[in-house]
Formats: sequence, C-alpha cells, structure tokens
Amino acid sequence: MDKQAFPHTARRPQSAGRQSPAQSPQKTDDTRDMAVRIRVRNIDFYYGNSRALEKIDMDIYKNRVTAMIGPSGCGKSTFIRLFNRMNDLIPHTRLDGLIELDNRDIYSSGADVVDIRRRVGMVFQKPNPFPKSIFENVAYGLEVNGIRNKKLKEARVVDSLKKAALWEEIKDRIHESALRLSGGQQQRLCIARCLAVDPEVILFDEPCASLDPISTRKIEELLLELKESYTIVIVTHNMQQAARVSDYTAFLYMGKLIEFGETQKLFTVPRNKMTEEYLTGKFG
Amino acid sequence: MNRERLYRWIFTALAFSSLFFLVGITVVLFKEGLPVFREVGLFEFLGGKSWYPTYEPPDFGIRPLILGSLWVTVGALFVCVPLGVGTALYLNELAGPRQRAVLKPIVEVLAGIPSIVYGFFGMVLVAPFIQDLFNIPVGQTAFTGSLLLGVMATPTVASIAEDSLSFVPKSFREASFAVGANRWQTLTRVVIPAAGSGISTAIILGMSRAVGETMTVLMVCGGAAVIPDSFFEPVRPMTATIAAEMGETVMGSAHYHALFAIGLILFLITLVFNVVAEIISRRYRLKLGLGR
Ligand SMILES: Nc1ncnc2c1ncn2[C@@H]1O[C@H](COP(=O)(O)OP(=O)(O)OP(=O)(O)O)[C@@H](O)[C@H]1O
Ligand SMILES: [Mg+2]
Repeated sequence: MDKQAFPHTARRPQSAGRQSPAQSPQKTDDTRDMAVRIRVRNIDFYYGNSRALEKIDMDIYKNRVTAMIGPSGCGKSTFIRLFNRMNDLIPHTRLDGLIELDNRDIYSSGADVVDIRRRVGMVFQKPNPFPKSIFENVAYGLEVNGIRNKKLKEARVVDSLKKAALWEEIKDRIHESALRLSGGQQQRLCIARCLAVDPEVILFDEPCASLDPISTRKIEELLLELKESYTIVIVTHNMQQAARVSDYTAFLYMGKLIEFGETQKLFTVPRNKMTEEYLTGKFG
Repeated sequence: MNRERLYRWIFTALAFSSLFFLVGITVVLFKEGLPVFREVGLFEFLGGKSWYPTYEPPDFGIRPLILGSLWVTVGALFVCVPLGVGTALYLNELAGPRQRAVLKPIVEVLAGIPSIVYGFFGMVLVAPFIQDLFNIPVGQTAFTGSLLLGVMATPTVASIAEDSLSFVPKSFREASFAVGANRWQTLTRVVIPAAGSGISTAIILGMSRAVGETMTVLMVCGGAAVIPDSFFEPVRPMTATIAAEMGETVMGSAHYHALFAIGLILFLITLVFNVVAEIISRRYRLKLGLGR
C-alpha cells in the first residue's frame, strides 16, 4: 500500500550471489531453539556510494532484549532503522540482502510499509512528541491506523500510558501540551505512543541519551517489564545499561557485526579480541 | 583601536538608519495627513461614501477607496493562498532536488518582475480577455486586479510558507512514519499543523504586499471611486488614488492632506499586518522549540 508515496524506497537488486536465507550466523548453542522474530541475512547497506553496513547476519529473538553496542558511527542506528524501513526516507540509499520479520521479507515488492512500521515501533534518541496534547500524541497512531471509535481510542490511550509508566504522573492533565512534560516524561510518552498501535517489536535508539539518571532508571525498569510481551532492540552507548537490560548483545564495528551472543557471555568471555578491547574501554 | 571605534560607529549608524527612516516617514505622514481631519471629521473621512476631491465643495469620503483595496486584497488571497501554499508544499514534500533547483529560482524571478510589467501585461492581455470572457463593459475590474495581485503575492507566500515547512523538525515526520502513518497523513496531521502559524505569517505578509501594491492596481482596476457591487466592476484602491492624484493637487490644499491621510492609513494597515505576522511567527518558533 502507498508504495508510490515513498519515492526513495531502498530497492534490493535481484540478489546476485546472495546466500540462502536458511544459512545461520555464528551463534551459541543455547540459542538454537529460540523463536526468531527478525532474521537478517547477508546485508549490505549504502548511503550513496559509501557502505555503512557490511555482510551482516543476525537473528533477533522473540520476547528478548537485544542490545546493539559499538563506537559512534559504526552503524547501529542505520542497522536498526532497517527493521522498520525508516531508512526508506533517506534518498540515495540501497540495501542488499534479506531482512525478514516473522519469516516474511520486509523489503519484498509486496511488503506493506505501513503495516511493517505499525508492527515494528520505534523510540528515538531525542524525545520527539508532537506539538499536540498528551492525549493526541498517543491517539495519533491509533487514528492514522483507522481507529475512530472514541471509547476504544480512549481506552487504548490510557492503557498505553499505563504501560509506559506515565499515567500516574499525568492523568490529571492529558489534554495539556506534551511539550510541557520533562524530558524523561516525554520519552515515556513516546514509548506510550509507540505501544498504542500494539507493535510486536520495539526499536529503541539510545532512548536514554538525553535523560538524567533517574529518568534513565525508570526507562530501564520499563524495558524489563515490556520484554515480557515485546521483542526489544536497544542501541546504547552505556555498557552497564546493555548488561543490565539485555539478553543478547551485538557488537558492531565499522559497519560489521563483530560479535553477537548472549549478553552474559559476551560481557564476561568475549570471543573476539576487538569486543574485549571495546568493553574494557581500550577504544571507541 | 581608534579605527575600530570608527568602524563600529559607522556600522551602528548604518544599522540604525532604517529606524531613522521609519521615524521620518511616520512623522511626515502624521504631519501632512492629520490636517485633513480639521477639514472633515475622522468619521466622515473614513466612512464617507463619496470621493470627489476636485468638486466644489469637495467630498473626502474614502470608504469606496478602502473597499476597493479590501476587495482586491481579499480577491488576491483566493489566488495567492492556493498557489503559494501549494507551491510551498510541492517544493517541500514532493519535489526532488532537481525540480527544486528549477522551480525555486522561477518563483524568485516572479517576485522580481517590476509591478509595472504586471500592470502592462494585465492591461493589454488579461483585461480584454476578461471583458470578452464574462461579456462585461470594461475588463478593468476588481477581479482583474485580484488575479494579478494574487500572482504577484504568490512568491512571497510560497517562499515564507516553504521556510516554515522546512523548519518543521525531521523528528516529527519520523515519529509519524514510525507509528505507521503514510505520507499524506504525516503531511496533513503533523507537518502542516506544526507549520501552521508560519503559513499564516506567509499569508499575512502576502496580504500586506497586495494592499500596498500600486502600479498594477492603478493600471488594471479601472479607477472608479465608487462602492463596488460585484467583483466585475471597476474599483479604485487607496494606493491607486494617491498615485493618480498626487500630481494634480496643490501643495498644502485639503486634497493634498487627504492623500497623505490615505497614505497614513495604508501605513497603519501594513504595520498591523507585519506586527501580527511577527508575533505569530515568533510564537510558532517557540512552539517548535526553535528559540527566537
Ligand atoms: N543520512 C545519512 N547520509 C549519509 N551517511 C550517513 C547518514 N546517516 C548516517 N550516515 C553514516 O553512516 C555511518 C553509520 O551511522 P549511524 O548513525 O548508523 O552510526 P551509529 O552507530 O548510530 O552512531 P552513533 O552512536 O553516533 O549514533 C556513519 O559513518 C554515518 O556518517
Ligand atoms: Mg545512532
């Protein structure tokens, strides 16, 4: 639907020499039976002529938190923005390789971008509420997805605000401007806005980067709660945060996936020398 | 050191010269305009239905002139708002870099065409065309003036509206797309409301341009100082009146003062437009968190 609307849609050329989707990346044994929500196979991504991601294979497991770490500019944002086709908005970009959501190629010509974005929500680095009321911010996603019924809408808004652990603080002023909230509250509002459309996956791109420690802790607690029902991918520069909230961690360096595995193992016994150096602060 | 002071002084003086001009113009307008109110009352001047400045005794009622200006300005809005805002939306949302590179300069050229050229074009081509099309006695009407003024104000509206659209933070669009909105929804429900006051500013400044425009309306509006019944009749806007009559008046006469008073009113109208536009755009920048 609405494909015409996105003239910059990244297109994948008919896969010359692409590996078979069935082929798995290196992974530790205990992940073998996990349900895969997003499957990434052999992708390369280009901004114009410069390659930002190179030959990445990776699985994002269902109802788990996957953290992406790596030095600035290594391609973390670029990578996760592929999962909800956000990079389509950037002109002159190109993707080679395969990305599947629940076993379906999200870049195939028949893929429904709007549906993908609804199923894969995103929370950005800087809180970006609309200059509208708190209520309207959360209701927006419902409305654009065709939910008109007022009762249903209100119920979903309240429910989402509760899930985002914001309801108690703002329940008396949901019709006030969202821009009057504090940064931490705004970020939880953005989470509520994302939860309202009932996504399966939520992508967090450094959600705490602009927040104080207390707001950060609140968001982290929220993440742990959300992981019961959602698949979560989080980009973070904070190693402690990755260690605290994630089940799996991916270390990217210069557009390559250097190491991917269970967070505990990756942090305690990294297999790759570079991962170890990054974790111990030798570079980055 | 001394030199630096000198430069500082020169640039300060240059910067403040516009304030000097503004004050000068205001003083002259008041000084030369106010005496007419001794001749005829303020109420009679503004509300009087007939403008016969050269009769004996003369009539100085500028209501037909105010209405003339109002009609062509409102008419112009119907042209410049859709054209200007449409152009801005196209440039900002749909055009690729290549189309922008062609279209933006074209819009700017349109802004740079001298108004006499518009007037000439209107008189020679548009007015006869309208006369034939609607089968009316004269082609120089409020409608003709509106069309041309609308086209003339379009670049102003387009470029300011386009600026305000491009000030809408990318993050708003991303947030909208991220919850599954399509392009149209993002445009109408997020981008346009966020740019709304900027677009209003653009429209007000476009109006301000239309109200103050002289040459074109002088040439294409027909010049009859009567209260119009329809858009297809000649009108005589305030600016055209001053331009047409200033040459024939005796300095210091009541007519002379009356024309200054019209100038004063025009000045106040455009001042109000500009102040309102400024207030709205400031509020809008604050709303988007862009500071001043
Ligand atoms: N819109 C863009 N156009 C061109 N190049 C881009 C664009 N966005 C990112 N890049 C480039 O792609 C590479 C990866 O950028 P990306 O933003 O994904 O890194 P990141 O790991 O998220 O960094 P950070 O931790 O600083 O957010 C960088 O070299 C960057 O300069
Ligand atoms: Mg980033």
